[in-house]
Formats: sequence, C-alpha cells, structure tokens
Amino acid sequence: MKALVIARLTFREAFQRKLVWGVLVLSVLFAVLYAYGFHLLVNQWHEIQTRRTANGNNGILTYDVLASNMVMLGLYTVNFLAGIMTIFAAVGSIAGEIDSGTLHAIVPKPLGRWEIVLGKYLGFASMIVIYIVAMVFSVVLSARLVGSYMPPSVVKGTLLIVLVSMILLSLTIFGTTIFSTMANGVVVFMLYGMAMTGGLVEQIGTLLNNNTMINIGVVSSILVPSDSMWRLASYLVQPHLAVSFTGPNPLGTTVPPSMTAVEYSVAYCVILLLGAMLVFRYRDL
Amino acid sequence: MSETLVLPVAAPAAETTTAAVETFGLRKVYGDRVVVQDLTLRVGEGEIFGFLGPNGAGKTTSVKMLMGLARPSAGSARLLGRPLGDRQARQQIGFLPEMFRFHDWLTGEQLLDFHGRLYGMSRAERRRRIPEVLQLVGLPHSGGQRVRTYSKGMQQRIGLAQALINNPRLVFLDEPTSALDPLGRRDVRAIIARLRDEGVTVFLNSHLLSEVESVSDRVAIITHGRVAAIGPMAELLRRELTVELRLGAAEPDDLAELGKLVTVEHVDGARQPTVVARVPDDETIARAVDLLVRRGVPVYGVTPEHRTLEEFFVDVVGTEGTESR
Repeated sequence: MKALVIARLTFREAFQRKLVWGVLVLSVLFAVLYAYGFHLLVNQWHEIQTRRTANGNNGILTYDVLASNMVMLGLYTVNFLAGIMTIFAAVGSIAGEIDSGTLHAIVPKPLGRWEIVLGKYLGFASMIVIYIVAMVFSVVLSARLVGSYMPPSVVKGTLLIVLVSMILLSLTIFGTTIFSTMANGVVVFMLYGMAMTGGLVEQIGTLLNNNTMINIGVVSSILVPSDSMWRLASYLVQPHLAVSFTGPNPLGTTVPPSMTAVEYSVAYCVILLLGAMLVFRYRDL
Repeated sequence: MSETLVLPVAAPAAETTTAAVETFGLRKVYGDRVVVQDLTLRVGEGEIFGFLGPNGAGKTTSVKMLMGLARPSAGSARLLGRPLGDRQARQQIGFLPEMFRFHDWLTGEQLLDFHGRLYGMSRAERRRRIPEVLQLVGLPHSGGQRVRTYSKGMQQRIGLAQALINNPRLVFLDEPTSALDPLGRRDVRAIIARLRDEGVTVFLNSHLLSEVESVSDRVAIITHGRVAAIGPMAELLRRELTVELRLGAAEPDDLAELGKLVTVEHVDGARQPTVVARVPDDETIARAVDLLVRRGVPVYGVTPEHRTLEEFFVDVVGTEGTESR
C-alpha cells in the first residue's frame, strides 16, 4: 500500500525536526529527574514512618497514595509532552508541503490523495506510540525499581494516553488540510487549552457541586475529548484508595468518563481523519 | 475574440497516431477570475510538444489540471487514453513541477528511491534504475549527497531524474531549465532528444522560445487561457516565409506579374531592385524565380528568411493581447 511509503517517509522526516529532538532530549532529562524524584519521595516516606512510629500515631496517608500521586505526575507529564510533540510535528504537514511545493511531485503519482493523508497520519501515529510506550515504561520502571510500587491497569492507561495523542493528531491533521501552518497551530493549541480548562472547570464544579461548571466540562470534552480521556487514564492507573483520598483535582477525576466516551473519542478520531481526506481530496494545490 | 489557428498540415500528422494528451474545453476559474478559459488540444504519442504562452496565460494551471493538482471547473481530458486521475495512466507519467522542492534532507538516491516506491517499483527495479537516471541527468556521483547541499541546477536535475524514474511513456516538464546555465540547458535538450528517440511523449511547458524551437515537433501558443495557435513547428514558422530577391533590370510589368504570385512588401532601388516579398511556402519561391527567369529578368540572389518562433510568438500574442480587453 502506497500509504505506507508516505508513512515511512513521515516517520523519518519527524526526526529531521529540531523540535522533536528537543522534546526527546527533554524527555530523557525528565526520565532521569523523575527516577531521582521517586528516590527522594521514598526517603521522605521513610522519615515520615520513623516519626509516626516515634509518635505512636498511624496517619491515614499511606505510601500507596503518595506513590500513586507520583506516578500520576509522571504520566501526566508524558501525556502532556506527547500532546505537544504531536501538535508540533503534524501542524504543517499538509499546508506546509502545499506551500513549499513538495506535494506537487507526490500528488501526481499513482496513489490516491487519501493515501497521502492516511500515510502521514500513520507516520506520526507510529512515532507517538513508540514515544508514549517508552516514556510510560520509564515512569513505571522508576516506580517499580525505585519506589517498589506498581500502578494498576498500566496497559489501559497507556492506550488511553495514546488515544489522547490520536485525538490531537486527528485534529491537527484535519486542520492542516484547511489552514496555514500558523493558523492551524493557533487553532489546535486553543482547542487543546480549552479542553484542559474545561476539564479543570468540571473538577471544580464537582467539588462545589455546581452543575453549570460540570456542564461546561462536558461540552468541552465533546468538542475535544483529549482531557476527558486523560482523566479516565489517570482514574484507571490509580488504586481506588488514592482516587478517593485525592478527590477532584487538576490532574485526575473522581467521576470517570464512561466507555461511551471512549467510543466517542475513537469515532472522533476516525471522523476527523476521514474529514481530512475529504477536504484534501478537493483541495487545489 | 481570435480564432484558433489550426494548420491543415498539422491535423493529419497528429491524428494518425494515438493521442497521449487530449483535452476538451478544460476550464479553470478561481473565484471570478478565469485562468484557463477553454483549453482544447491533442498531443500525439511520441511527440515533443511545446506549450507556450506569456506569463499568466494559464500554462501552469493547465498542467496542474492535467497532473491532478487542481480540479478543472469544466471540461475533461484524457492522458494516454484514460481519464484524469486514472492510476494506470499515472503509473506511466512523469512530472517535473515548476516549483520543484523535494524532501531535501534525503540524499539524491533516497529521494529517487522514495519516488520509485510511489510508482510501486520493486526494490530490484529501483536498484537498477536509480544509477541509470542519475547518469542520464548528469549527477552520477552526487547520489549519496543530501539534496539540501545541491545547487539549484542540481536540484532541477534531480527533479528531472524523479520524473524519469519510472521509464514513463509521457513526461510533463514545467520549465525544466529555469535554474540551469547554458550548458545545463543543452543537457536537458539532449535528454529530451533521447526521450524522443525512445518514443516518449514530452509535454514541454517553457517560456524559453529558443529552447522550445530547438526540440519541439509541435507547439501550441496559449493566451488568456485558450489555444491561440497550434501546429507543427516547421509549419508554423514556414507559414509566412519572407524572401529577398536581388534582381537585375526589371520592368514595372515584371514586378506586377511577380506581385500576382507573391505579396511584395517593399522594393528597394529602381534599376536593380531588391524585392522583399512574403510567400506561403518554398514552392512559391521556385515558381517566382522561374517566372522572373522566363521574363528575362536576371536573378542575382534569393534569400529566404524563415521566421523565428519568437517573431511568430510576438505576432500571435501581440494581436491577441490587443484584441481582447
């Protein structure tokens, strides 16, 4: 299939970008600091334990809650970096190549325009999946080796973090068939920001029992379901104890989105991808 | 509006062969701006076809429609006997875009490999063909370098290699020598001549008239998005041949008789006049000389002057330009 030829080139091209390398360097730095951070947490916990034993009181805070929060922070960073990398890598993938003219020699070849869009999607997607899997692995490895803690449902959580990036990738690819690189960057980051803010508003709404605020969150997660999928991931990779202990918070949720929301998110990706193919099919270059 | 100049000699020459390119009333409108009005032409298989026109005449847009980069607003076209966008036809077509920009982080070989893959060529085919085309376009030792490090001329050459990687039956070259020096242009002319020998049809879009003149079998001149003149190069240029006749003593009667055969433009000198006349073809020159000799007028010199493509182009485009708008 010709889409795979495009995918292969897209994958290789991504590594030509300084920004992608920047994210990768940052990620390695993060992984190292994260392992060190976990080490500090463990030391801190031992101190707390020693003090508690001396005072003879057994506080309700358990090590699992702390370790889980630490994992949460790690995974959130992975989720965030992957999202940023996705948007930056794909933001001008169609519009930029129309402007530069590289597509002029590709479109007349014996392949459908939809294959060009699909190929680019697959190229970026494979890069991001590899990135997310490697990063989640490093976070979980730190938790296991340094913190002797294993979060639950890591596979599901990873898949959901991948889904978050796929939502952003679909949005970015769709946008780049319509807007210039700059405009697309602005639009996608605004939507991404809106989704995050919407999720935050929803958490505050849950805390205050305010339905309007909760509805704002729901609407924003219909428009861009990236944040709600992250919150579902965070809900799944924490033990119930940790979820109830932490309560509604900026990074997690106590009310997990349903399976329908997941299905909606997958459909959202597919529809945007098909939309991108359709728009590009009729676009004059 | 002006009529399309179709030369009678042109038609049979083209129609006895199968058509590589046929367009029927192709039209492209951007908003309310008509870029291509009505493009109807036919290019026979194996021809080197020059596609000419002033800037903004709609040449590149026409090529874009044929290459599937822009959708025609109306009309249709067939390439190698198949409708636009047909994959089987695309398999056998090569294209060098006017705005040639490639993935310049690839080496020349990697770039050709990528384009070979897009044509669905097997690994063995690509391995065999890549050094071949690199040699053909004069980059035999640069295949391992990144395209980014190439000069503009080398980039155009690698673009040409990309257009030929699949051994196409039909090649569209949009301004293939815009970045080349005179030597490079000569190379491209040689490559086109070689393609002609191999029976490849070349659709050459260029504003360099001398270049088109030296390689094309047939040309079309388009202005305001329609074909203003089309025909075999030789016919277009011979159509209004001028001839200079240096004569001995000639009576006014002789000149009058001569005037019935040719169109006398001007006569210099009275006793030994030099006559400049327009003639439809070489045959008429012979008949004019014959007439003069029979009437006893000495003919000291006959100098036929073929028009250059440039003169013809200026005529066609010039009148068209003043007629419309």
